[in-house]
Amino acid sequence: MEKLALSDDILMKIEKPARYIGHEVNAVIKDKSKVDIRFVMCFPDVYEIGMSHLGIQILYDMFNTMEDVWCERVYSPWVDLDAIMRREKIPLFALESQDPIKDFDFLGITIQYEMCYTNILQILDLAQIPLLATMRGEDMPIVIGGGPCVYNPEPIADFFDLFYIGEGETQYGPLLALYRECKASGVGREEFLRRAAILPGIYVPRFYEATYREDGTLASFGPNREGVPAKVRKEVVMDMANTYYPRKPIVPYLKVTQDRVVLEIQRGCIRGCRFCQAGQIYRPVRERDVEEMKRYALEMLKNTGHDEISLSSLSSSDYSRLPELVDYLIEECQKRHVNISLPSLRIDAFSLDVMSKVQDVRKSSLTFAPEAGSQRLRDVINKGLTEEAILNGTALAFHAGWTRVKLYFMLGLPTETPEDIRGIAELSNKIAATFFEEIPKEERKNGRVQIVSSTSFFVPKPFTPFQWARQCSKEEFLEKAYFTKRCIGEQLNQKSIKYNWHEADASVMEGVLARGDRRLGQVILKAYEKGCFYDAWGEYYQNDKWLEAFQECGLSMDFYTRERGADELFPWDFIDCGVTKEFLKREWDKSLAGVVSPNCRKQCQGCGANRFGVGVCFEPREAK
Amino acid sequence: MKIRVKFRKYGAVRFIGHLDVMRFFQKALRRAEIDVKYTSGFSPHPIMTFASPLGVGLESNGEYMDIECESVTDSQDMKRKLNQASAPGIEVISVKELPKEAGNAMASVAAAEYTIRFREGRMPCLDFSAKIPQFLSQEQVFVEKETKTGHKEVDIRPGIYEMSVCLQEGGGLAIHMVVDASSAGNLKPAKVMEAFCKASGCSLEENALQITREEVFTWALENGEKKLVPLEEIGTDIGTI
Repeated sequence: MEKLALSDDILMKIEKPARYIGHEVNAVIKDKSKVDIRFVMCFPDVYEIGMSHLGIQILYDMFNTMEDVWCERVYSPWVDLDAIMRREKIPLFALESQDPIKDFDFLGITIQYEMCYTNILQILDLAQIPLLATMRGEDMPIVIGGGPCVYNPEPIADFFDLFYIGEGETQYGPLLALYRECKASGVGREEFLRRAAILPGIYVPRFYEATYREDGTLASFGPNREGVPAKVRKEVVMDMANTYYPRKPIVPYLKVTQDRVVLEIQRGCIRGCRFCQAGQIYRPVRERDVEEMKRYALEMLKNTGHDEISLSSLSSSDYSRLPELVDYLIEECQKRHVNISLPSLRIDAFSLDVMSKVQDVRKSSLTFAPEAGSQRLRDVINKGLTEEAILNGTALAFHAGWTRVKLYFMLGLPTETPEDIRGIAELSNKIAATFFEEIPKEERKNGRVQIVSSTSFFVPKPFTPFQWARQCSKEEFLEKAYFTKRCIGEQLNQKSIKYNWHEADASVMEGVLARGDRRLGQVILKAYEKGCFYDAWGEYYQNDKWLEAFQECGLSMDFYTRERGADELFPWDFIDCGVTKEFLKREWDKSLAGVVSPNCRKQCQGCGANRFGVGVCFEPREAK
Repeated sequence: MKIRVKFRKYGAVRFIGHLDVMRFFQKALRRAEIDVKYTSGFSPHPIMTFASPLGVGLESNGEYMDIECESVTDSQDMKRKLNQASAPGIEVISVKELPKEAGNAMASVAAAEYTIRFREGRMPCLDFSAKIPQFLSQEQVFVEKETKTGHKEVDIRPGIYEMSVCLQEGGGLAIHMVVDASSAGNLKPAKVMEAFCKASGCSLEENALQITREEVFTWALENGEKKLVPLEEIGTDIGTI
């Protein structure tokens, strides 16, 4: 019988034991006596969430094509198992080999959202790896952080040996080569890190130091030893055609969030919405080859047996070969009884036609993300979606049979006024009115229309034009949500509108961590020691413990939510993400003036990402 | 064309629940490119029925799934393809064609055979060869059953068709039993063991049993006599054309 790290007694006691046994179809098993490097990839959340992440699947595939490397996976044990592992001192293990991860060479953690920071500490703690990087001995794995949150790694700098900034496909080869060399020549951990610090995209926090002014702002930030670069530039895949793509993704037994084939059609986004971090840090936009996408789709369907395929990108409608790809998929998928899901489509005649072919219009809903209620505020955030486009789109959709519309908005955006908030209610109302105007009574299939308007709270993120913006307090946020609710209640069609809003205190904390500095490391550690983890799960988030942690560390949350000075040095300024601070500042100024910026394909805004020499920056421009 | 697939489930995958095994086979059928019939509509899924859900933690040498196929190759080929598309611990052992009039796997289940082992150090101190006949000699064995409204006393004795102690390979005792597995009177082997231990004056430790389902049976008429036969015997091999 295969080895399992957990006893039958434990596995019979916990929820969903399938989270911890590995053995899924397409999981890679190697002979550990025949590999030199043991790598474990971690998504610090529960299995069903972590298994849905494409980035890990890409890197898992890449590492396992290297003959002397065995890459495995680990996810956060759920709270039930967490308690048992602590009580019985069971070291956290990797799914494939079921071996303790403290015996691995590398532990790579993808950091997708700020509210998982305490889960990182849970992983390290259960793995019996010292939480502070500088306390780790020679026998401990090198702990690497990657993913979007490492564009400001400072709040979690203390817990990582190194961060990999940018796309993972490019520098792991050289990094592992360096590791082999250091292992062979017997130089220690510190020397390996010193040499790694010179590699492109690699940031080794212990070799950098921050000093602060009396007001708490950053005075200086830079290397504390010679030979370590002052700036770390993000890594970018230059050739999207000749790169890794997991043709045999793992097929989980459990129903995970993303239980389908995922086809990444492009990276980056041409739109430049001013609140959006992904839209900046993944520049420049690079499309994948459509022929390759067609081939991969069929291969992956065959290798997984999934009954659904989904396109992945920040804005699928901007993929230049979309009609061709979608036609092909519709034809091939119909033969195979496979569903197609098309998220992030702009609603227009083309997309409605496509969607009516691939889904049951009566059961599905249309999604719009106007993000702001008024045209004025949509101009401020550079969301190029007009009320006219939304109303035209919904009118078309209502005629095609849709009766459900989802709308996403943000509250607390810079310059927001009560009028902008009222706009959320009015827009929702207009959509409902459009239904009643456009569709004669006898043709209303379900008799009615259902509008679901949801608001989240705006969180300013590093490397966005809004990185200077002030974030609202919990009280302000809640007041805005109540006001939105009131405004919706005043609408003529209010019975057709359902309104949802997010928890406010977790949004504030997310903002604090997103734009935090290195001093927050002690707060995160303290919060964790007080029992915080699974902060991204509403039912487990303990705001009072976080507040205590801040107080005990003598730090103020207001310092981190305040509007930032125009010339302030940011904790993340040492990272070069391609987009320049001058460009972001220009966009910030334009936003305050309510001036929109055209997208990359319409007119280059000189963001700086063209220095990578690839992608949309070098496409011929559309005629003006 | 109705096809009956018999498979084993053992090792780590014994911790995969019944719904996940169903999802597993939906995908495995596609990977194996079995020409299975689909339901119509916007989310088509393969037409499949399972004989009897196996509890989490149990192993089995006799699990059954019925599918409907548009076309088939032969038993050996389909078995090989399914096993290539499978995962460690889920092993297809036969693929048979069912007669048109055969009832589906779930409806025809009558009984199941189990081997019950004890985890190390958790075997109750009992003289099984003496106590089992004593237990079976009772006309009625009442156990408490949870119902929607509360508790109810039910007699499980009629559902115990066979029960004996046997010696395993390599020493050690195991209990063998055949019990009612029909939808109306399904008996869980752990429930029988609990009742047996209680009647014998001892109690079972938590998680003491390691249970393997060996076979699932249906009633069939043989020479005018009602008899339990394994579900796979209803079908016939599909030969090479």
